[in-house]
Amino acid sequence: MTPRSNRTMTRLITRLAQVSAQSALLAAAALLPQAVSANTGVALQHFSANSGNLPSAQRGARNFMAYCSGCHSLKYLRYERMGEDLNIPPDVLKKNLMFTSDKLGDQIKIAMPAASGDWFGRVPPDLSLETRARGADWVYTYLQSFYLDDSRPMGVNNTVLAGASMPHVLWELQGWQKKAEHAAEGEHGGGHHEGSGFEQVSKGSLTPAEYQAFVGDLVNFLDYASEPGKQARISTGLKVMLYLFVLLGLTYLLKKEFWRDIH
Amino acid sequence: MSNEGVDGNRRRFLTTATSVVGAAGAAAVAWPFLASLKPSARAKALGAPVIADLSTLEPGMRATYLWRGQPIWVVRRTPEMLAGLDKVTGDLVDPDSKVGQQPKYITDKSRALKPEYMVMKGVCTHLGCSPILRTDHPAPEIAANWQGGFFCPCHGSKFDLAGRVYKGVPAPTNIVVPPHRYETDTVVVIGEDPKTA
Amino acid sequence: MAITPNPYKTTGALGWIDDRFPLTKMWKEHLSEYYAPKNFNFWYFFGSLALLVLVNQLLTGIFLTMHYKPGAETAFDSVEYIMRDVPWGNVIRYMHSTGASAFFVVVFLHMFRGLMYGSYQKPRELIWVFGALIFLVLMAEAFCGYVLPWGNMSYWGAAVIINLFGTIPFIGPDLVTWIQGDFVPSDATLNRLFSIHVIALPFVLVGLVVAHILALHEVGSNNPDGVEIKKKKDPATGIPLDGIPFHPYYTVKDMVGVAGFLIIFCAVLFFMPDGGGYFLEAPNFTPASQTNTPEHITPAWYFGTYYAMLRATPSFAGTQIWGVIVMGAAVVILFFVPWLDRSKVKSIRYKGALSKIALTIFAINFVILNYYGLQPPSDTVQLISQIGTILYFAFFLLMPWYSKIDKTKPVPERVTE
Repeated sequence: MTPRSNRTMTRLITRLAQVSAQSALLAAAALLPQAVSANTGVALQHFSANSGNLPSAQRGARNFMAYCSGCHSLKYLRYERMGEDLNIPPDVLKKNLMFTSDKLGDQIKIAMPAASGDWFGRVPPDLSLETRARGADWVYTYLQSFYLDDSRPMGVNNTVLAGASMPHVLWELQGWQKKAEHAAEGEHGGGHHEGSGFEQVSKGSLTPAEYQAFVGDLVNFLDYASEPGKQARISTGLKVMLYLFVLLGLTYLLKKEFWRDIH
Repeated sequence: MSNEGVDGNRRRFLTTATSVVGAAGAAAVAWPFLASLKPSARAKALGAPVIADLSTLEPGMRATYLWRGQPIWVVRRTPEMLAGLDKVTGDLVDPDSKVGQQPKYITDKSRALKPEYMVMKGVCTHLGCSPILRTDHPAPEIAANWQGGFFCPCHGSKFDLAGRVYKGVPAPTNIVVPPHRYETDTVVVIGEDPKTA
Repeated sequence: MAITPNPYKTTGALGWIDDRFPLTKMWKEHLSEYYAPKNFNFWYFFGSLALLVLVNQLLTGIFLTMHYKPGAETAFDSVEYIMRDVPWGNVIRYMHSTGASAFFVVVFLHMFRGLMYGSYQKPRELIWVFGALIFLVLMAEAFCGYVLPWGNMSYWGAAVIINLFGTIPFIGPDLVTWIQGDFVPSDATLNRLFSIHVIALPFVLVGLVVAHILALHEVGSNNPDGVEIKKKKDPATGIPLDGIPFHPYYTVKDMVGVAGFLIIFCAVLFFMPDGGGYFLEAPNFTPASQTNTPEHITPAWYFGTYYAMLRATPSFAGTQIWGVIVMGAAVVILFFVPWLDRSKVKSIRYKGALSKIALTIFAINFVILNYYGLQPPSDTVQLISQIGTILYFAFFLLMPWYSKIDKTKPVPERVTE
């Protein structure tokens, strides 16, 4: 097979696979849970997480280690595995992404032991499975929905998770926003100005679009972290589908051949 | 049912083709199951190379490390101990270490990258007991010409201070030398081959 | 002592075995000389597919058990260990989780086939009864398996289902404590469910499947026409005129079904193993928490129909047991189908309009109930579930009446193409 026809074939198989999967779950798809925060009923922004987008997931990994890993562990993910999957060489891993005391095979734990300090009212959750437990949309919207609220101890609240104990760690990037006066509860929560339900109070170092992309990278990385084997599974799946279509063709011909006996 | 118009060749071909393709599929399905029994990422992480700092190890003494669940000994051999190695060659099964019980890059007759430091598995090649270090000599109760070495309490196997096995004992081969490399003069990484520059 | 030579005149190694073990005999009785009607259609794939899925569950289950650690502190972590650290562990786990859902899809369709073509009628009552037992055990097996990952849905699912026993008057509360081995679902509960899931019920399941197939091969397969092929035999050979050897004709045909099924199965397994949140539920990716119930707690999708009936039944006379009774009765009533159907014909093809309408409503109603069983409770859900529950039981309880008065068409002597 030429590379070209090979690609076409792969694309065809992918398509067929998608169609089969879709038809198999047509009924289920109609019943998909609505993308609404269960906690506050705020509509979530849709984000098609793609852990296969390597540059984005790499940026996400770097940003996670820089901004999130101080408090949030990824206790089921190993540095070494992350390096292999996201194409990060071991020296870069060791130099830029790991705590010095960690070994390559270690899981990504937080620097501070959980017992130390009072945190912010509760122990920050491990995020290994966050996008699977809450959904990529939730995390994507959540990180864009911090707003100033004097009634909270930290002075910030979140429209997706009311009374969130997490401070707005990324304020330097996003800047501060407050709830728009006219915005009704349940409206779109997000970084966009128009219809976002937020008003920018002070600018951050990133533009709203850049910040949104920043959050997208993080979510892609968390999507990766929630199932490191996902991309490998999908590529195995394509080969399996190719094989099964061959098998289906063969068994069909075989059946027809034998059943010519039956009148 | 009738057999008129049956194309035997076509039927045979399709049967063979489906059988072969089906068998290939079954074999492919077996692979993930068999592969799942290999050491997991956790086992590999726990079996990762061990870094040993030998700067505090006194001459003539031994330090023990754990790598992949097995004891790894580092013996700092004195010049006298090294000299003793030559005195026992006649009593040994494989004095020149011809059997591949050590990585290829270990060629010295003292079975070490640096003769001063003997790095070896603390496991008898007979049935896996951990031999006892006996540096005292002479020790006629062990061997007439004992220059110091290891004595296995389980079945009486004897090794010299390079882990070479004596004749006439149950253990068949010299003690295994694990892969290792020196990060600095006194820091050894056990479980990693030297980087080929 | 001389051995009586086997009647198949096999020689060599096979002959040696046949003299001592009925290998050729079994091969012939169950495959090469088991005569099945030649007019099986699409609906007849699901028997062999159920067997395939059973094998898949047993095989993947064995390997998962090698890595899984039962125990409240270890279960969740060990599942993630399988998903990440064990080579190919995620694929094996998805084979098992997707297989669980596939099992119910296949079994539901297989049962519907039986209802359509009257495959439970005389002389096949026991096949049906064994089948209904398999269904019952399968539900118990699925429930136990669902608890094992010890995610938050596992935990609260276990709590809700076990608490059903608490509705039994007088002994209920003590019974619940006894089943849990603790005051809440806990380590002890998880371990006993694990034992039941990997040892007790698989034994029972395999035994019942063998009984199901033996009973089938004793009386012979039914078919879409509901014609007894044994009534018309070739006088010379004694072989049913409309029968064809299962092997090779149905083995090659079932292979097509297997390949087609695997395409759908693998598409889900590899491309959407969560099944849109129905095969693997999002809240189950959070470890079990004794203090936080998931916002919307539902059973696994395949219990939807029966769960809807449970919720549809109001409590009265100071107890909630009625819902449990209704739900139990909905399964138990299946056992009586062979004696509820009073029709002279087996297949829906020759039954009258009443039976056709009844079966159609039943099937649609089953799906609707399943859907509403998974929705958050509301007045609408409650009302639809109640109507659905009544329709479900009406199908069975009115069957003696409508199947008897229904006009039937004449059944042909031989099977149709």
